[in-house]
Amino acid sequence: MYGFEALTFNAKDGYLEALVRGYRSGLLTAGDYNNLCQCDSLDDIKLHLGTTDYGNFLQNEPSPLQVSTIVEKCTQKLVEEFRHMRCQASEPLATFLDYLTYGYMIDNVVLIVTGTLHERDVQDLLQKCHPLGMFDSIETLAVAQNMRELYRLVLVDSPLAPYFSDCIRSEDLDEMNIEIMRNTLYKAYFEDFCQFCQKLGGTTAEWMTDMLTFQADRRTINLTINSMGTELTRDDRKKLYPAVGLLYPQGQQGLAASEDYDQVRAVLENYSQYQTIYSKMGFGETPLLDKAFYEEEVRRSIGSLDLQFHYGVFYAYLCMREQEIRNLMWVSECVQQDQKARIYDGIVYIF
Amino acid sequence: MGITEVGPIAFYTWVICSISFVLFLYGVNISSTSDSFIDWGYLYQLFAFVDPYLLSGLGVSMAIGLSVLGAAWGIFITGSSLIGAAVKAPRITSKNLVSVIFCEAVAIYGVVVAILLATKTETVNSLENGDYSASSKAAGYAIFASGATVGFANLVCGVCVGVVGSSCALSDAQNSALFVKILVIEIFGSALGLFGVIIGVILSAHARFKDE
Repeated sequence: MYGFEALTFNAKDGYLEALVRGYRSGLLTAGDYNNLCQCDSLDDIKLHLGTTDYGNFLQNEPSPLQVSTIVEKCTQKLVEEFRHMRCQASEPLATFLDYLTYGYMIDNVVLIVTGTLHERDVQDLLQKCHPLGMFDSIETLAVAQNMRELYRLVLVDSPLAPYFSDCIRSEDLDEMNIEIMRNTLYKAYFEDFCQFCQKLGGTTAEWMTDMLTFQADRRTINLTINSMGTELTRDDRKKLYPAVGLLYPQGQQGLAASEDYDQVRAVLENYSQYQTIYSKMGFGETPLLDKAFYEEEVRRSIGSLDLQFHYGVFYAYLCMREQEIRNLMWVSECVQQDQKARIYDGIVYIF
Repeated sequence: MGITEVGPIAFYTWVICSISFVLFLYGVNISSTSDSFIDWGYLYQLFAFVDPYLLSGLGVSMAIGLSVLGAAWGIFITGSSLIGAAVKAPRITSKNLVSVIFCEAVAIYGVVVAILLATKTETVNSLENGDYSASSKAAGYAIFASGATVGFANLVCGVCVGVVGSSCALSDAQNSALFVKILVIEIFGSALGLFGVIIGVILSAHARFKDE
């Protein structure tokens, strides 16, 4: 019942909601980033991170520090916190948190299948996978030759199985098919997750619908831009768009027909919510667009903290942590490659 | 507003309420005759012979029961948030006990009023026809009304203080300057229960079972 979550929410989820807000206060602030940007070496970064919530997480690492080590350790911290919350959660929060990991699972499946296609070692690929998106039979993904096998041998037991119903074909896996599979899976995932959040009702439904709308639209726009000039036909493209989001269905009609940035921009101009995004498109550069999306995501995530008694904070926390890891990766890369001039371009300040 | 917008339960509640209201008006209009749809004269008999001790007992139990329910509900809303927030900011625990104490105060109001009401209840003999004197009946109703007032006022007051207390714990963990500001809101919430207590005490002040 809308507005009455306050009465019953805390019986099951009050502790975790407060806990995730506690974790949130450990996120790096603009001041921390300014300090990090002054660093001259990765060891300086390690020193600075030691004074923040990260603590001594790099203490046992051997001295020539790698960027990948920092990112790995940060991810590990996120994963530990997430797993801790997942263990404490009761239904329906537990299912909600599981839903958050499905996106990572899809990415991992695509990563391994693509890697196998290029004959990379499975163990190396597994190292690259996001730990939140692991499931039991993930190692055996490499044996599959086409999608039907992929589904029948491996994914039928994974939580992703229901999402596969739309993309079981006997065709061999190639780059194009894998990309189509990724987008079909994401489409099914968004629609399912949206439905689940609607079922939860109340503030959770309100905020999560808003956020998932944005995420779905972001995927739609990125898909449009990435598929320009490829052999993907207009109808195929339309089939991959998620059936949720502000752009559904009118905007997607327009996007399906778009062949260059100006047309995409023209479609987006009908949606004043995305003003911050299409205003960046004039330059026609994808990296700028990515940053605009990240900034918008963080802005919306912070908005979730203004509300209480809803599950959106868990999703928002995950988004903000991911962004922080991306920021740290950017800062470390810039410091290591001595590109201090560009260091401020890639940071999305969270607080 | 269509049925799809308000949901089936709300819709049927509306239907039942409107039908009862129509029946009520119908009954009132021709209440003087015995063949009316609702015989109010007969219905009154049901209430006229309710034992005042039943009413006073209900009053006392509502005063304490609902107050404790409100207080307990408030404490669990505050408490679970407080425990979670204290994991990362242990300094807030002792300060935010104030929120729990505010919830507890609601239960204390209930106890005080329940004791007050219980002492008002005295043994009197019934009249020859099994009825009780007007003064006893009035006392029964007064104690019942007083208990209901205090009980429900404290129930919602406890929940209110609990919800604000939970937000207080969360915001204090992020920014300790907010604690005092939210505490003021909590005090206002806590005052709501006192209003119920005042009216409850006044209601039962003149209740006397014995004719003087």
